[in-house]
Amino acid sequence: MILAWLILILFVGGLAAWLADFVDPKLPRVVALIFLAVDGLLLLNVLGATPFTPADASGEWLAYLKADWMPRFEIYFQLGMDGLSWLMAILTVFLGIMATGAAWNEIHERAGFFYFNLLWTLAGVMGVFVALDLFLFFFFWEVMLIPMYLIIAIWGHENKNYAAMKFFIFTQVSGLLMLIGILAMAYFHYLQFGVFSFDYFALQNVQLAANTSLLVMLLFFVGFGTKLPTVPLHSWLPDAHSQAPTAGSVILAGILLKTGAYGLIRFTVPLFEDAARAFAPVAMTLAAVSILYCAKVAFAQTDLKRLIAYTSVSHMGFVTLGVFAWNEQAVQGAVMTMLAHGLSAAALFMLAGGLQHRIHTRNMEQMGGFWPRVPRMSVIALFFSIAALGMPGLGNFVGEFLALIGAFQISITLTAIAALGLILASVYSLWVLQKVFQGSYENDKVDDAALVDLSRQEMVFYFAMMAGLVWMGVYPGTFLNLSAMTLGSLF
Amino acid sequence: MLDLIWLLPAFPLAGFLILAFTGGGLPKPVVATVGAGSIGLAFIVAALSSYEFLSSGQTSFQLTLWEWMAAGDFSSAFSFYLDGLTVVMILVISGVGFLIHLYSTGYMSDDPGYSRFFAYMNLFVAAMLVLVLADNLVLLYLGWEGVGLCSYLLIGFWYENPANGYAARKAFVVTRVGDTSMALGLFLLFTQLGTLNIQELMHNAGQQWQVGSGMAVAASLLLLGGAVGKSAQLPLQTWLPDAMAGPTPISALIHAATMVTAGVYLIARTHLLFELAPTVQSLVAWVGLITLLMAGFTALTQHDIKRILAYSTISQIGYMFLGLGVGAWSAAVFHLMTHAFFKALLFLAAGSVILSLHHEQSIFKMGGLRKHLPVSFWSFIVGSAALTALPLTSGYFSKDEILLAALESGGSGTLLWLGGVIGALFTAIYSFRLVFVVFFGECHHPAKEVSGWNMTAPLVVLGVLALLGGWIHIPVDAVFSHGEMAHEEAHPSLFIHALMIAIPIIGVGISYLFFCSRTWSAEKLVQSGLGAALHKFWFSGWGMDRLYQAVFVTPFVSLARLNRKDIIDLLIGLLVTLTSQANRLLVRTQTGYLRWYAASVMAGVIILIAIGALL
Repeated sequence: MILAWLILILFVGGLAAWLADFVDPKLPRVVALIFLAVDGLLLLNVLGATPFTPADASGEWLAYLKADWMPRFEIYFQLGMDGLSWLMAILTVFLGIMATGAAWNEIHERAGFFYFNLLWTLAGVMGVFVALDLFLFFFFWEVMLIPMYLIIAIWGHENKNYAAMKFFIFTQVSGLLMLIGILAMAYFHYLQFGVFSFDYFALQNVQLAANTSLLVMLLFFVGFGTKLPTVPLHSWLPDAHSQAPTAGSVILAGILLKTGAYGLIRFTVPLFEDAARAFAPVAMTLAAVSILYCAKVAFAQTDLKRLIAYTSVSHMGFVTLGVFAWNEQAVQGAVMTMLAHGLSAAALFMLAGGLQHRIHTRNMEQMGGFWPRVPRMSVIALFFSIAALGMPGLGNFVGEFLALIGAFQISITLTAIAALGLILASVYSLWVLQKVFQGSYENDKVDDAALVDLSRQEMVFYFAMMAGLVWMGVYPGTFLNLSAMTLGSLF
Repeated sequence: MLDLIWLLPAFPLAGFLILAFTGGGLPKPVVATVGAGSIGLAFIVAALSSYEFLSSGQTSFQLTLWEWMAAGDFSSAFSFYLDGLTVVMILVISGVGFLIHLYSTGYMSDDPGYSRFFAYMNLFVAAMLVLVLADNLVLLYLGWEGVGLCSYLLIGFWYENPANGYAARKAFVVTRVGDTSMALGLFLLFTQLGTLNIQELMHNAGQQWQVGSGMAVAASLLLLGGAVGKSAQLPLQTWLPDAMAGPTPISALIHAATMVTAGVYLIARTHLLFELAPTVQSLVAWVGLITLLMAGFTALTQHDIKRILAYSTISQIGYMFLGLGVGAWSAAVFHLMTHAFFKALLFLAAGSVILSLHHEQSIFKMGGLRKHLPVSFWSFIVGSAALTALPLTSGYFSKDEILLAALESGGSGTLLWLGGVIGALFTAIYSFRLVFVVFFGECHHPAKEVSGWNMTAPLVVLGVLALLGGWIHIPVDAVFSHGEMAHEEAHPSLFIHALMIAIPIIGVGISYLFFCSRTWSAEKLVQSGLGAALHKFWFSGWGMDRLYQAVFVTPFVSLARLNRKDIIDLLIGLLVTLTSQANRLLVRTQTGYLRWYAASVMAGVIILIAIGALL
């Protein structure tokens, strides 16, 4: 039952935040924070459970729930949380709190409705991470989409309608393809066993001809690959990011992209293992191309948020690479990359958003020499930039290293090509630092009246994320052990 | 005590954390105490544990702190390994490091970034110590990247000037090319040998791979890629001269004494692997030889005092590579140590000169400073003598060992030896060119020595080490004993000995005639046709910067600019355009005229009937 609560709290919290707006416009953010904190505590409580295997499932689970929803169609309210889900869920709550922090002083207009959308997106994400019934999974997949669309369309920047629409269409079309895939699987289950089923465990038993399997897997791959995103399905992301408010970017980069990666690990490969193996060379090539191509495009950007958005696509390439290499190191690497990138990208977007809030531009051509003006912000930008470029001792390195060392066992060539991304990452990361914070300061290029350093309150949020990355970087065992719980039953 | 070697990197790390979290809020004396004191404590730990280790007679000591990454059959730990080689390294790093920190407390005293400087420096020392203490290649890689990061931060320390930022980025990116090669080497080693623990790796490699096997060649080549990046050897040497943009103590610590020799350490540490790949090992020797000659010639043409020393560093590391390449492992490590002494001395002395002249770096604007700056002068004399390998200085012993080993290595050994000797001649010429031009002749700028005890003491200690360091016996026999059993004790002829003593002295003589007595004119030489062309070519570092600019940087940047809009997005945009065009076309049909609709319906009916009839 605790799993239902995890989701429900966020739904209720959203409504409460909206209502609170009628009392005091400063209240919704507090309400949001409280509900997120409660959700987080509940989640920590789950960790205390002894892993068990439910009668109608396989693998080890920390919590499990199966209730009737639409039994006529064999659709159940089936939720399960194992190590992987738990990690994704805690990332969701953690970044939800960070996003609330980012929005704290930025969102004043219709604040109640904003936090409603924020929490409902998170509720959808939480559902995605625990749903085991594929129909239910799709339901949550759609739930997280619409509030996110509204966040971009209402609170976004100058070109928000275009970006929001692009985001919506990309996600919706790819979601539709995935739905076809889900229905096809249910139908194939009917053909083989005489009943429809959306049950994750039941669908694993469906036997498909190689071509059919590849086709259905591709539907799933497009659905998740768009979300991830991978080249050539990535182009909604830079627009969405550059237009979204800071909190929107944090959620988008930190969590929403990870639902795509999660989908690949949880569903695509386990359900279609042979097809995925056959498809692996293509997927890994796409991954390598994503890494290099988007790193190169990132380097040429002048819009700071667009630049970070492209680097996100580049980093997600390591996830695709790891998932399709499909051995324990590689997938562990993918999971660690998801977690670490969640923090580092969220922080970088918060910094970019913070800058935009202060100087009203994202154009790097107008920045430079900010270090003496905003030393704390500069040091923090330095930290997250070097985290993003894969400095050992921080989480991103662990992820990328494991992904690469795993992928190397599958394809030396593709791994070597992907590893070139390590060089390009240093090129663009250091370029950003140079362009924004180093160099000499010229204040005729930008309205710098409001260029003040990070406040104590902002520092708290950044410190939390820094601590997370250091933890992942020097003692990743905490995280690796949890995801090993999931992966153990997959290999 | 040995159980406490984790304190060795922990002290500098703690220093870094204190300075980082106080964010420049501490008073200068406190910063200095924390910054230099933490390294001093590290040195005490290094000295005590080295003493205990050496007197215990153990050959190695291992300490595991905690498991780092583990996935499937892969695991690596925060785990330290101590043997004779490590002892040499930790003593050099913490000892020379401490002296340079002490010197910096004076050198940087007027800098507004005082605290930031020591924070970076402390982090550097911590990373460097992890690098040499690591018992597995992943942890070594952590230190490896960490020192690279600090090098980047310190080269670009004065960030207001974009040129410094450029030099810093160049250093980081160029070395990262090597680092990536090294990372691939790690992947290959793990995939083939199932571990990344260095000792186990060496053992397994010896068991599984034949001498000259493809895997051994590939793995050692990839590691060599990392080594040439970090140690500024051909073809990745281009970053080091530009790295002189950082404050001078950085050049002494990072770009002379410690970090740049990490590549030498890496190869020495994995020497068993290189022995399995003789072709790669001889490649190491040739890389070293060619680099040492190229850099030596270039040093002769430079006029920035720090760039001369930078090229000289590249050249001296070339000697170390030469030594590694001919299997003279301990000689290479020995030269690493003596070089750390005399090059740190030279850089710190250069720093004093630069500071006295208010940040003047061109040697031709200096001159006759002998009387004005006696401490710097004598430091330079001692340092240059050691660099030139004049008899009985520390450099003499170590360089001699390398060259003799080259001579005896057979095969192309004679050629390597000859190249090394020519290099030694040029070393003498350019070192003393610097000394003569800066300290003799006419005085352009009268200067006064700016140095308290904290700047003088390090110079004196390093001076003593540079002079007498050759008598130190480094305790690496047990580490390399396996490798050096192969050849007999050296018995070169008297002629060879005499030649090798004479060559540097001849070099100093030539230098004297050109740059002190002015009997011969260097200007004339440079103005002649061939001389001018050669001078220009050497001065530019053999055109390598321009080559890389043309082959890598420009194409990458222009390609990136060209595709700024992301062609894939444009293609998808095309779909949108098509759709909206089609939409517009259809919108036009909605005219609101009934007759138009009636006509279209009729037309449609007729077409349908026609199609029906035809089918």
